[in-house]
This record gives sequence, C-alpha cells and structure tokens, in this order.
Amino acid sequence: MTRFFEPLLTSRYGIHESWKLANAEKAGAYRVAREALTARKPAELKEEVKKANLRGRGGAGFPAGVKWGFLNPQEGDQVYLVINADESEPGTFKDRSIMDLDPHRLLEGAIISCFAIDAHVAYIYVRGELAFSAARLEAAIAEAKQAGYLGQRPFGIEHPIDIHVHLGAGAYICGEETALLNSLEGRRGEPRLKPPFPAVKGVFGMPTIVNNVESIASVPDIIEMGGDAWASLSRLPGDGGVRIYGVSGHVKNPGLYEAPVGITMRELIEDYAGGMLRDRPLKAVIPGGSSTPLLDPRRKVHAPNPDHPLHQWDGMSEIDVPMGVDTYRALGTMLGTCCAIVMDDTVSMVEACRNLMRFYKHESCGQCTPCREGCGWLVDVLDNLCAGRGKHEDVDLLVNIANNMMGNTICAFADGTAMPMLGMVQKFREEFMDAALNGIPDSVRHDESVRSLVEVQA
Amino acid sequence: MAFALTPDREKQVDEILTRYPERRAALLPMLWLCQRQHGWISPEVIEYVAERLGLSTAAVKGVVTFYTMFFDEPVGENIIWVCRTLSCDLRGGKVIQEHLEQKLGCSAGQTSSDGKFTLLKAECLAACGQAPMVQINDRYYENLDVELLDRIIEAHLTKGAEAAAEEFATHATFRGPRKGASSAPPPPSKEAVRVASQPPPSARSSKGDES
Ligand SMILES: Cc1cc2nc3c(=O)[nH]c(=O)nc-3n(C[C@H](O)[C@H](O)[C@H](O)COP(=O)(O)O)c2cc1C
Ligand code: SF4
Ligand code: FES
Repeated sequence: MTRFFEPLLTSRYGIHESWKLANAEKAGAYRVAREALTARKPAELKEEVKKANLRGRGGAGFPAGVKWGFLNPQEGDQVYLVINADESEPGTFKDRSIMDLDPHRLLEGAIISCFAIDAHVAYIYVRGELAFSAARLEAAIAEAKQAGYLGQRPFGIEHPIDIHVHLGAGAYICGEETALLNSLEGRRGEPRLKPPFPAVKGVFGMPTIVNNVESIASVPDIIEMGGDAWASLSRLPGDGGVRIYGVSGHVKNPGLYEAPVGITMRELIEDYAGGMLRDRPLKAVIPGGSSTPLLDPRRKVHAPNPDHPLHQWDGMSEIDVPMGVDTYRALGTMLGTCCAIVMDDTVSMVEACRNLMRFYKHESCGQCTPCREGCGWLVDVLDNLCAGRGKHEDVDLLVNIANNMMGNTICAFADGTAMPMLGMVQKFREEFMDAALNGIPDSVRHDESVRSLVEVQA
Repeated sequence: MAFALTPDREKQVDEILTRYPERRAALLPMLWLCQRQHGWISPEVIEYVAERLGLSTAAVKGVVTFYTMFFDEPVGENIIWVCRTLSCDLRGGKVIQEHLEQKLGCSAGQTSSDGKFTLLKAECLAACGQAPMVQINDRYYENLDVELLDRIIEAHLTKGAEAAAEEFATHATFRGPRKGASSAPPPPSKEAVRVASQPPPSARSSKGDES
C-alpha cells in the first residue's frame, strides 16, 4: 500500500517560475530560516538534525547529525560548508531538479546549516555540465542577497553568510568529497588519503562539512517540523524522512518521485513509475546509481534467523524489501543515491556490465594501480566476452580482478566499481558463461533492441 | 599571439578572487572565463592564467588536462555531447549517436567539415529519467527521438544556438508533449506523486501532483 503523501521537499516544483524568489517566498521559502536565525540557537538546530536521522543523500548514507558533531574547530579556524552538487553517479538525476526548480530551498537549507555549524562561507560545487543549474543558483543567490537573507547581516543578525557557486569541469571523481575539495582549491580532482577527514581538515586546511544537495535541502523541513516528526515520516527506524526517488530505464514513466523513506522497489516501479515499459518482465534493477549492486526480482531474501535485520522479509523477493540505508546494506547492496535503473528481459547483463565498466575506466583518476589497471582490464575481458572471443575462465578472471580492486585504494571509487561487477556475475553467472562461449547475439544487445523502440516512438 | 581577457572579464576575475582565501582556487572559474572567450585553452591562455594567479604553467596544464570539459585544441562552433551511459543506452543512446554521426558526417570525437559541430561522447549527464539526451554547448535536450533531434540541429544551423536553446532546451522537469509518443503517461495511482516529467505548464496544479 502506498500511503497518501503530501510532497514536502518538492512541494514547490509545480509552481509557475518556482525558481524566482517572489514565487518561492509566497509558498513559504525562507520562513524557517528567518525563525531559525533570529529565534533559535545553533546547538538546538544541530540537535534537530541529529534527531531527524537524516542519512546523507549523496550515496554513503552517513547520518548528517553525527557528521556535524565531528566538528571541533580550534582557535582561529574558519568552518566551511561545502555542498556537493557534482551529481555524476550514473542513473542519478535528482539534485539537478532541486537546483533548477527550487534553488531557494537549497539556499535556505545552506543558510540554516551555516548558522548551525558556525560557518560563514558555503561553496556549492556544481558539475561543469550543469552550467544552466549553476546559473539558476547564481541568480537565486543574487536575489537572496538583495532581500537581505545573505551577506553581512542575514535577517538582521550578526552572522555573515556568503554562498558561492563553484563550477567543475567534467570529472566523475570530483563527487568524492576529498577530490571535490582538491578541485575547489584549484587542483587536479584527485582524492586525498583519509584521515584526516574533512570535518577536521577540509578545504583550505580548515574544518569542513561536505553534504549532498538533497541533504541540505531537507534541513528547512526538519527545522520546521522538528527532527522527531520529520524522522517519523519514514517507514524505517534510524533512517528518517522523505527523499527523492529517481527511476530511469525500462519503465512507463521514468522520472523523479518524492516518497517516504522505506517504500519498496516494487512500489517504486509499479505504483510510481507506472510499471514496466511495454509490460515486459523486470529482469534486474540497479537500485541507487551504478555503484550499487543490482537486485534480481527472482531472488528471495534468506533470513530465517529471527535476529537477522531482514527476518521480517524472509522468503520475499529482493524487490519487496523497504528501501533504506541499513536494509539495503543487509541485502548486500547499497541504497546509494536512491535513483534506480530498471532493465527488462531484453537487456544483456554482459552488455550492461560492459557499458558501466567502460564508464569506470574512463573516470578512474589513476592514482592507485589496482583501480587504474583493474578498470581497464575489466573492460578488455568484457569486450572479449561480448565479441565471442572469451573463454569460461574469463568469468572467474572478472571476479578475481574485481576482488583485487577492493579495499586497496585511496578512495571508494574502486569498491564502487568492483561491487556492482561482482553482483552482476554472482546473480547472472549463466549469462556470462554463455557469452564466454557464444558472445552476445544481436537480438539481446540492448543497443540493438532499443533501435526498434525509438523508431516506434518517432 | 598573446592572450588577454576582455576588461569586463578581468573585472569578473577580481570579483572571483574575493570568494576564496587562496588565489589558486580561482583557477577553474578563470579557465571557464577564458574558454568562453577563446573557445579553447591554448598554450597562450595557460600562460596568461598562470601569470595572473601566480602558478607555474605546468600546474595549470596539469589541471586543464584532468577535466574533460576543457579543450586543449580548437573545437567547432557548437559542441554536442551525446550521453552513452546505461540509462540513456537503454532508451536509444546509440541510435542518437549514430544518427548524429550520419547527419554531421563525422564520428564521435571529430568536428563536422563546416566547423559547425564537434561531436563528443559523454558519460552520464544527470538527466537519466529523460533519456535519451544530448547536451549542446551548455544546455540539455532530452526525451529525444531522431525527428526531434533533426529539428534541434536545424534550429542551431538556421537560427543560432541561443534561439535553438530558447525553443528546445529543457530544464529538470520540462517534458514537452511529444508527437505520437507511444507511452503517453497513464494516470498514476492516486497516492503516487510524480514530481518531474510533468505535463505542460497549463495542466499543472500548484502542488505538483496530478490528480
Ligand atoms: C567515487 C565517488 C563519487 C561520489 N559522487 C558523489 C556525487 O556526485 N554527489 C554527492 O553528493 N556525493 C558523492 N559521493 C559521496 C561523497 O564523497 C560524500 O560522501 C557526500 O557528498 C557526503 O554528503 P552526504 O553525507 O550529505 O551524502 C561520491 C563518493 C565517491 C566515492
Ligand atoms: S580508487 Fe581509483 S579513483 Fe579513487 S583515488 Fe584510487 S585511482 Fe583514483
Ligand atoms: S545515463 Fe544519460 S543522463 Fe544519465
């Protein structure tokens, strides 16, 4: 059952020219920021965010309140807020909607957050391709400044806040928080070794909070409703609120949908996205961006032990487990960015796998040998499989390469490459074995089968 | 030939420098200004930027080569990035690329002989729900089919990039009515809230849901 749900985060999306201050303000923008800055204490605001159980929306799902708690600025330190608007994880397209359609919600969240963590400057790092979204943000910043919500005395209080947009220039790895900080400082976007974590030593050597766009855009609702009330919108414990779900690929209505945390993948596909395109069977779904191992609807949850976190769903299909950071981890995958890529039975898993591994090969920053070499090698082996030049041992070779990439690198990119690779081989092994002998018949190459699809639509 | 930013853009650099505690942080914004003016990052541009920010040319070059959107050689008047990552490929990204190659008479990575278009393959551009899509210069064109694509290219040739963007470019929700679209959205279940891919503005309610 999908319960009725009044949109919060996206409540202003449908308004005429919703990105303009006057229109957004008529619909409630900046009311919460005004109240928070003039009548509340930073510590109270931080407490609400903690109670809200806001799990980071950028992919890792780390609790935002806990992250903010890591800040411990020393004498003379300047705290920075950095908002991650790099949105480059394949399949993910939610943050762009916030910047395009409700930039003032992001700014309002940033203002409250800056006040709460005692930052005076926030940088919004926008991927270079989204120059249009960046321009929307710039225009919104100018309006907010003009109105006195930003600048020397936001809402009349003595806590200067400036927000700057910083445009990237095309590099997936700059979404990784430490690579992002290097890029922001004018360096090559290569990840840094952690620790030190950004909260201790971030941009310009100063304590820095890095949060995703959607995380920060959730802050006004959290402060308005109170952390507990916002948390209880979710269907799951410890993972609060509402979020923007994306669906792309083979569904009737690809797009973005706001819903409480904890709806199931089946609900997302059938109730929200209108079901499968051309009513074909669902073969597999990548739940939250390409770095998250896929779900196979044929597979059942195996959790007979009552202590298992998924015991409640024992025997049910993987796609009937509520979508949450912890439930998905227990399932052996990740919730990631919560933007699903849906594939029907016409898709060759080997081809889909090759498509994604080509992406990772292109985007590896090259600092670590296992990552740089591993990505290239995976693509070579997959190319051979697709062309029918492979052998059975190649399937184990894929597993081997992927295993050797994990845990041996500076950043999580290599894990994010290896895990989905392993998931595909594990769940669709026969298909890889078959490709090793026969290659991929044209009829199941997804790039061939969609040709007819596009022609039909045209 | 030495390169210099126009006085207007120079003033912008001054303003940009005030945003950061370190000069070096102005590097990406400054490279963007230069590329918008000059079309690409030539060795002269690198020298100019290095001098302005007090960096070595090697440092600037190292940054320029790291990012795919900075061009270290001249490019066509318009840049077309065709997305070929999974979500787009599932909805026909390959067909879009092949059609463009045919129409422009060049393959991905090349510039058409009239110098009007450079065609490049792109990785996921954060528009997966509106696949297939291309980026032309700094705007997105989504929910493509070959016929719509033809009109977009024609518009660039006959009216120029700005007018073409005015007519066809999309932002995050807009999903224009499509002639003969095979999957006209069926009414969503009552509870479901569709927030993107909304009907044209006239049919939109202020809540962003479709009832
Ligand atoms: C390879 C890689 C790419 C990433 N890309 C993004 C991204 O595009 N956007 C994002 O918000 N976080 C991205 N992240 C996660 C960030 O490192 C960081 O965890 C996040 O921005 C923190 O914000 P949150 O706690 O609000 O989610 C990426 C991480 C890795 C390892
Ligand atoms: S794991 Fe890959 S992307 Fe991350 S730092 Fe190493 S080489 Fe770069
Ligand atoms: S896959 Fe093309 S925009 Fe994401």
